[in-house]
Amino acid sequence: MDFRFSAEEEAFRQEIRDWLKHNLPENWTGDRFTRSDENMNVYRQFAQRLSTKKWVAPHWPVEYGGLGLSVIEQLIFNEEMSYANAPIGYSTIGVGWAGPTIIVYGTDQQKKEHLGAITNAETMWCQGFSEPNAGSDLANLATRAVKDGDDYVINGQKIWTSGAHYADWMILIARTDQEAPKHKGISYFLVDMKTPGISTRPLIDMMNNHGFNEVFFENARVPKDCLLGEENRGWYMATTTLDFERSSIGGAVGAQKMLEELVDYTRDTPVNGHRLSDEINVKVRLADAAVEAELGRLLSYRVAAMQARGLVPNYESSIAKLFNTDMQLRMAKAGMEIMGLYGQLEPKSKWVALKGRFERQYLWQTGLAVGGGTTEIQKNIIAQRGLGMPRG
Amino acid sequence: MDLGLDEQQEMLKNFARDFLEKECPEQLVREMEEDEKGYSPELWKKMAQQGWMGLIIPDKYDGTGMNVCELVVLLEEFGRALVPGPFISTVVLGGVPIMEAGTEEQKQQFLPKIASGELIMTMALTEPSAKWTADGVQLEAKKDGSDYVLNGTKLFVQDAHVSDYMVVAARTGGSGEDGITLFLVDSKSPGIKFEVLKTIAADKQCEVTFDNVKVPASNMLDAEGKGWPIIEKTKDVATVAACAYLVGLSQMDFDVTLNYAKERVQFGRPIGSFQAIQHKLADAVIDVDGSRFITYKAAWSLQEGEPDAGMMISMAKAWTSDASRRVVAHGQQIHGGIGFTKEYKIQLYFRRQKWMELMWGDADYHRELVAQKLEV
Repeated sequence: MDFRFSAEEEAFRQEIRDWLKHNLPENWTGDRFTRSDENMNVYRQFAQRLSTKKWVAPHWPVEYGGLGLSVIEQLIFNEEMSYANAPIGYSTIGVGWAGPTIIVYGTDQQKKEHLGAITNAETMWCQGFSEPNAGSDLANLATRAVKDGDDYVINGQKIWTSGAHYADWMILIARTDQEAPKHKGISYFLVDMKTPGISTRPLIDMMNNHGFNEVFFENARVPKDCLLGEENRGWYMATTTLDFERSSIGGAVGAQKMLEELVDYTRDTPVNGHRLSDEINVKVRLADAAVEAELGRLLSYRVAAMQARGLVPNYESSIAKLFNTDMQLRMAKAGMEIMGLYGQLEPKSKWVALKGRFERQYLWQTGLAVGGGTTEIQKNIIAQRGLGMPRG
Repeated sequence: MDLGLDEQQEMLKNFARDFLEKECPEQLVREMEEDEKGYSPELWKKMAQQGWMGLIIPDKYDGTGMNVCELVVLLEEFGRALVPGPFISTVVLGGVPIMEAGTEEQKQQFLPKIASGELIMTMALTEPSAKWTADGVQLEAKKDGSDYVLNGTKLFVQDAHVSDYMVVAARTGGSGEDGITLFLVDSKSPGIKFEVLKTIAADKQCEVTFDNVKVPASNMLDAEGKGWPIIEKTKDVATVAACAYLVGLSQMDFDVTLNYAKERVQFGRPIGSFQAIQHKLADAVIDVDGSRFITYKAAWSLQEGEPDAGMMISMAKAWTSDASRRVVAHGQQIHGGIGFTKEYKIQLYFRRQKWMELMWGDADYHRELVAQKLEV
């Protein structure tokens, strides 16, 4: 057992920090919450800078544009990017979802067409999975892809598609066999967002952002080489834990940053002759938050450590994701409580403190607790897959 | 012992519910978020016509002559409908200090106009230190002939920018609870500037700056340096009012969520059939019901002059502040993705809950008061 990183790993960490010192965008506010054309440009430009170091997907094999980083190095990389609040949003789906699935299941042609474009930050991807009637019950999806000669014709609707209004490509799961049992009739497609018949409708979120969309398919015709892997194997391709970094370290680090900002704020805020940090309620909350932030990091490290040993984390990833999501929610709540009346101020308000980050986080976290697998589904996975509890 | 509503209260509740369903629909609530004033003058007039602004003002001053319990019943309906605007500011923050400590002349001047809806008021108490305690009042009032001159900044003042008059807490001397004086200040006085803050609930709290603002000495409430007890009495009513609004808000959030859990089908069954969801809803209804009855107890204790009224009020606010937050958090979670959209209504309750949770002391503040009263 060893909680230290090796000298080489620490050197890599320092290399990332040094690079970030000179390469974070000028005037970057660290605002990860606002979805705007301006922010998207910042993300795109930063991704292009990363690509010069092959740091868009550094953990991919060298032959696909990565550096073949070890799991621990991946962890360190993600940790440092999160800690610096780096604007890495451009490549999230491409690097985290599309690319790895193409690497495992793609033809040479598909790999050639897409992987380089991802690592060069030339293309942006979105994820067409959820539908209005297929949220937690994703296998209930109804979007159809019907074979027609050399093409598939797609009809249906996706929802919560982040970035669809910017994306060049979509990873789409659609039903190719209407007769088969739900999970066995789904296929995985790589779809050009410029395909005629595809349209997007903005969904404004409660933070007043246009972040996600509905995407409609009306007789959208795609060539059959858009099919990824085998027909009707899409469900398993989409839901298998891919062999890449799955520690949720980003969430853990995000919490650490929140904590540090809160400590600084309370220490620097005078209240009638004493400091906010002198108040017992504040101390208790900060202490709790500190303990949880440490725990979140450890649960993330545990996932990476398993992978580094060649083990395949299963419900352990769910534990890390669930704990870090819930913990951030608690920390946002604690931050709001500590800031009192000031906590309610939005970033653009006069008198706002800490750039309104806690107000934004408080709202944002409610989305994180349902996106990418709700808290309840995560708990089911932990109980059923992890602990062997019988399904109800 | 009877914890139900009496006939008059029941009528008030039912009437208010129907009225607000019709006159304060979701569309209006959303519009008022963007609106500069934050309230609808048409709705304001209609509410005044129902006698609501004068609900706790004595008959003598053209009010309806009801009491805190009736106010709570009405405000629960306000919370349910998310009524925006300066109702509590005017009726409680403006009306109560005048009723408590105004001269007969001041009462005649202000109360009928509050009751008729002609006058909009608020209280300017908190400052950038954001404290609800007396040491938070540092805004200066210096005697100058037959006037006082006010200098300083108030912050988080509800609806100040649309007020006609403000009850301003200023320091004429001393420290702590000694030396605080209340003034009735014309909001259009030279030297006053308003800026509306941008808040999570899109309610209208303001920064109010006072730059050599002259106030006639005749606009003082009660005597110089004796303002704090009046503020305390106002705080009591305002705190109960905030609780009542939260009860209505969390009840509605819960109702909407309960309905959604019955209708939303995933995995071939309503999600409300899953035990995890059922447990959340059970927790939420305990929170809502508990909030309602502790608020009723606080209101009744205040109205009856019970010796433990202060304790009850702080208990009510401590519990309701936290309980309402738990309820709206469940509301968001049970709705899944749709709860995060602007379009769907549930986020309106989530965001507004934070406003009333913080007003007149959050849970921490009131828990400390409870602890003090327990003589810990």
